[in-house]
Amino acid sequence: MRVVVCVKETPDTAANIEVSEGIVTWSGTSPVINPWDEYAVEESLLLKEKGLATVCTAITMGNEDTCEGIKHAIAMGVDEAVLVSDPALAKADTLLTSHALSQAIRRFDHVGLVIFGRQAIDGDTGQTAVQVGRRLGWNTLTYVSKILALDVIAGTITVERMLEQGKQVCIGRLPTVISVLKCINEPRYPSFIGLRRASQFEIPVWSGADVMLDPAVTSKVTWPEVSNVPVHAGFAEIIEGTTAQEKAEKLVEKLIADKVI
Amino acid sequence: MSGVWVWIEQVGGKAINVSWEAVGLARSLADDLGQTVIALVFGANASELAHEAFQYGADRAIVCEDATLAEFRLEPYATLVSRLAQERRPAVILAGASSCGRDLTGAVAVDLETGLISDVIGIGWEDGMLKLVRPVYTGKLLAKEICGSSPQIITIRKRAFQAPVVDEKRTGKIETVAAALAEDDIVTKIVSMEASTGQIGLADASIIVSGGRGVGGPNGFDLLWQFSNAIGAALGASRAAVDVGWIDYEYQVGQTGKTVSPDLYIACGISGAIQHQAGIRTAKVIVSINTDPEAPILKTARYAIVGDVVDVVPSLMEAFEKRLG
Ligand SMILES: Cc1cc2nc3c(=O)[nH]c(=O)nc-3n(C[C@H](O)[C@H](O)[C@H](O)COP(=O)(O)OP(=O)(O)OC[C@H]3O[C@@H](n4cnc5c(N)ncnc54)[C@H](O)[C@@H]3O)c2cc1C
Ligand SMILES: Nc1ncnc2c1ncn2[C@@H]1O[C@H](COP(=O)(O)O)[C@@H](O)[C@H]1O
Repeated sequence: MRVVVCVKETPDTAANIEVSEGIVTWSGTSPVINPWDEYAVEESLLLKEKGLATVCTAITMGNEDTCEGIKHAIAMGVDEAVLVSDPALAKADTLLTSHALSQAIRRFDHVGLVIFGRQAIDGDTGQTAVQVGRRLGWNTLTYVSKILALDVIAGTITVERMLEQGKQVCIGRLPTVISVLKCINEPRYPSFIGLRRASQFEIPVWSGADVMLDPAVTSKVTWPEVSNVPVHAGFAEIIEGTTAQEKAEKLVEKLIADKVI
Repeated sequence: MSGVWVWIEQVGGKAINVSWEAVGLARSLADDLGQTVIALVFGANASELAHEAFQYGADRAIVCEDATLAEFRLEPYATLVSRLAQERRPAVILAGASSCGRDLTGAVAVDLETGLISDVIGIGWEDGMLKLVRPVYTGKLLAKEICGSSPQIITIRKRAFQAPVVDEKRTGKIETVAAALAEDDIVTKIVSMEASTGQIGLADASIIVSGGRGVGGPNGFDLLWQFSNAIGAALGASRAAVDVGWIDYEYQVGQTGKTVSPDLYIACGISGAIQHQAGIRTAKVIVSINTDPEAPILKTARYAIVGDVVDVVPSLMEAFEKRLG
């Protein structure tokens, strides 16, 4: 069984992201693998180590130079990697992204499981997994906190999902699309050999024609304006007082005046 | 095109709050468009909930109480909503940006090949077009987005819009529909559901008491438990506190945890790393309790008490009790 992981390149979580003159910029940090996707990659590697998966394949979609995410996946240990890139995919919304990814996934045989991160920390939509699953017509289980059982022969998967209302255990049928949470595993650090392999790896680039993009599928959502978040002006007011009690009482008065309690 | 549709998400026969917030938004959009608000209510107790939806502002309801819809599962829910939408062409479909809301709308958007804008916190008309504001880059920036197809599918962030005032005299017409899938055609089988431990969910909380490495250990969290229970707040934590094992991951707030929008966020022994702050951008008032008068969180907090969590929290608990009973 092949496991496919979808990884995206994003700015580092520590990046100071700003808009200046309408353009999103960030400074001081280089692009990284979307942090949620490290858990997806790790889970695929664990399945291979357990003998449940035979091949781990990472797919990313982006410009020709968006390789950091997928390189990290290679360094961690996936067997194969592909970059899907086409001018038609510039500024893709999740509807188009999910089309491109599902078309790429269809080109692989024996896919039993597709793993996504919970969400990408740039677009923050958390929609791609469910949309890819729907396009493929495969069973889709999001917010997975644990794979409890995977039976390749019977074609079943049992997972624990973490939802707002609690923990749900459910059984699905392979091929399955899942998205994973941070608590599912501890992603490994790439080894020295892994890093060397990643730096030498020639990542195949698949064009829109290669994956047979349907020209009828287009982006529907645009974001003409991106702006900085108006921040609360100034430094916090430090509540003074001689005792903790006095400070606490002053604070409570202020919170009452602000009508937040 | 007809109607502004809104999905009423329920857990155990009770609607979750964001559904009513969505009905409020649906009402104002429908009034702008001269259309009706139609509530989609599925599962056990759906007719009861439909009546409640009328009181919040819905005009009509489409109800399905089929056993296959007893609990949310993607396949039967999405297939039903898509089929109804293909037949009746709503202008807008709204839902809360909960886990289930995101799943449902994501799948329906694919079925209808239409745009989906999720986790919206603001909305307005500009040049005859609906512009939706949503946080991106984990709340570091705001994007104004436009959906260029119909229906427009939108999910709203919890607590971003106000739930309307209930009008007990309002009623509406219920239409019952059949399920779109039979149980045999549904692959996902739910084995069990372990409900969260009765505490207030972080995403719904109006007050959150949150602890970081500065609370000193699991005992520090016992203190914060007491405090949060005493004032009816939800408990949260920084990743550092989760990573050392003082508290479970489900309490983590921030970039790789939960995003919250309380009225009041009390950060106890939390430095305010950029990844933590990303989760609390839409909090109204942030209070910091920290021994360090220069901790980064003070740049966004409105108030700070410089001091040890162990001294300040018991005093705060007393002060709350004295003033608010
Ligand atoms: C990819 C990635 C994702 C991340 N995601 C998240 C996330 O989702 N959420 C998150 O929270 N973090 C996240 N982090 C981690 C983040 O960078 C910080 O490490 C973390 O938030 C720090 O937690 P803290 O404030 O509890 O600890 P520290 O930074 O160690 O701060 C402890 C604070 O407590 C104060 N203090 C110490 N003793 C006391 C006392 N007795 N009384 C009062 N104050 C005291 C100190 O002055 C200090 O300010 C992420 C990091 C990465 C790299
Ligand atoms: N361009 C992309 N290439 C590969 N995977 C992606 C891409 N965009 C999103 N994903 C995957 O979808 C998940 C959810 O992303 P999103 O829906 O954008 O929040 C991510 O964690 C990735 O696993």
